[in-house]
Amino acid sequence: MNDRVMKSYRFREERQDDWARLDQIVTRAEKRGVRALSDEEMTTLPALYRQAVSSLSMARSISLDQNVLAYLETLCARAYFFVYGTRVSIGRRIAQYFRRDWPASVSAALWPTVLAALCLFGGAALAFFLCMQDMEWYWTFHQGWDSRNPDASVEHLRETLYTEDTDIADMLAAFAAQLFSHNSGIAIFAFALGFCFGMPTAILLIYNGVYLGSFYAVFWDKGLGFELTGWLLIHGVTELFAIVLAGAAGFMIGGAVAFPGTKSRMQSMRDAGNEAALVIIGAVLMLFIAALLEGFGRQLINSDVTRYVIAVSTLAFWLAYFYWPRQRPEETP
Amino acid sequence: MARPSITKKGGPDAASGDARREAIRRRELRLKEQARQARRVRPLITPEGAALNLKIATASERAGAFLLDFALQIMAIIASVWIIALAFSSMGFEGWVIAGSVSAVVVFLLRNFYFIFFEIGRKAATPGKRALGLRVAARNGGRLTANAVLARNFMRELEVFLPLSLLLMTAEDEVSGWIRLLGIAWTGVFALFPLFNRDKLRVGDLIAGTIVIHAPRTKLKQDITSPTPFSRGSTYQFTEAELDTYGIHELHVLEDVLRQSTKEIKARVAERIRSKIGREKGESEDDVAFLEAYYAALRARLEQKMLFGERKADKFDTGN
Repeated sequence: MNDRVMKSYRFREERQDDWARLDQIVTRAEKRGVRALSDEEMTTLPALYRQAVSSLSMARSISLDQNVLAYLETLCARAYFFVYGTRVSIGRRIAQYFRRDWPASVSAALWPTVLAALCLFGGAALAFFLCMQDMEWYWTFHQGWDSRNPDASVEHLRETLYTEDTDIADMLAAFAAQLFSHNSGIAIFAFALGFCFGMPTAILLIYNGVYLGSFYAVFWDKGLGFELTGWLLIHGVTELFAIVLAGAAGFMIGGAVAFPGTKSRMQSMRDAGNEAALVIIGAVLMLFIAALLEGFGRQLINSDVTRYVIAVSTLAFWLAYFYWPRQRPEETP
Repeated sequence: MARPSITKKGGPDAASGDARREAIRRRELRLKEQARQARRVRPLITPEGAALNLKIATASERAGAFLLDFALQIMAIIASVWIIALAFSSMGFEGWVIAGSVSAVVVFLLRNFYFIFFEIGRKAATPGKRALGLRVAARNGGRLTANAVLARNFMRELEVFLPLSLLLMTAEDEVSGWIRLLGIAWTGVFALFPLFNRDKLRVGDLIAGTIVIHAPRTKLKQDITSPTPFSRGSTYQFTEAELDTYGIHELHVLEDVLRQSTKEIKARVAERIRSKIGREKGESEDDVAFLEAYYAALRARLEQKMLFGERKADKFDTGN
């Protein structure tokens, strides 16, 4: 029996140059992106890809060479992911996110946002009124290590709200500390725990609200409510908004799991997960901005009025950015 | 594939009976392993109508890739902190404070965006995944969106870092010890989630609609039957009976032997085949040339049979 008449050998010999060419193009594209490909390569790619795919199904039925089959299997998979993969460059993707996707996803999630805000501020109000009636409640919610507790003097509390001498090192330290603060952890967990029907998200939000409310009550009780509000809201508008949005993202997933409607539960969760991811990455960005405001803004600005102005203008900015009705531009893939 | 039946040759020799039982036992193990591997395959029908057999990554591959990435992250953190410390150390105490804050920012970015950065990229895989031949794909075969990558990676916080921080947490009294234990048990469910489903999905994959597949790059090697440079084997002629001794499985084993084993193993395999088909070793016969010739002839025979719809799975398969 002559080697040369073997069908699978001839089959391979006729096609392997094209496979190698496809391999080369896909490898280059994977390494350096679509832009590294010449026009000629771009036009031959679909034909080469289709040929490789048909080679694969043919090879399965005529060849027993393991190496050829394994090679074609992975080559086709790689080419498939490239040909049908996303083509949008990362820069355009980011631009589109800020221009359209972020505000659209946030305004679409209005009801989860309202629910999350109710949990957070409801918890805060509850704790605030409880503490105003009896300051002993404070110790139920907090441990003793914070010096800003009901036993502290008015002077001490006032001191913590203002910074006299600041240098860049302190500001950076405050900024960095804020990044790792309790709140950014809460935001991410509020999202991540959403799929347990949103229950842990609600608990986290309420707990965080309670913490905030009782803290507020301490200052209010000493007649420092106005000053504290400025101190808190200069970055707090952004930060609390971010936490509320993260909670909303968690509720979106929780709601999709609990009430999938006509979709399958998996499908419903997947769709909500993709939508919620847009909201949560925005929330992380907002936390970053809040950290900047806290680290630098709050340390540099010690006037209550300026603090209030910044707080109100950031609130106006976020509300307008998210909820201002706008034209939907054409869909770009 | 036709279910191969096993023919029983009653041998008077007890030793050959043992060897045969051993061979049958090994074959059963092999078939089981094949079935296990087949369960990993998720066929994906491309718009051209062709089926791609995507293999899902095993839990151990995923864990390995994650540990690699984690180690890389830690190394990157140590390296960057070291560079920052060097850069600011001349400024005295204040310099150290700044260095601490700057490194905290770097750690924050590395921790949150390492996975996202690499998975949004063209290879859809982190360096650890790439090292193990894995990549992320959309479960429905469509395109992998940036949103999916974001969603699957934010869930990692819950699956990995929460159990880790609970493990590192110290328990002060009995009650907090119990709370910690409960917490570990609860988060352990998330951490071990991939072990308990068919597609080895983690919770993040579930939410994002993604799957991790095993698609390593394979090189196209020289065909063993190619006439150059192996022309030595062309002098051999085999009869049909000699070729019908073996099936596809043995052909594949022979391919592996020819491609990657040592001279001694090749000599032993050649000896084994000769004794099986009842040939004597010639005067100046080269073992490799013999094996290549036999491989070529066997493959030609089996492929020809395959064209007529007859797959001889292995040497036990007599086709009825």
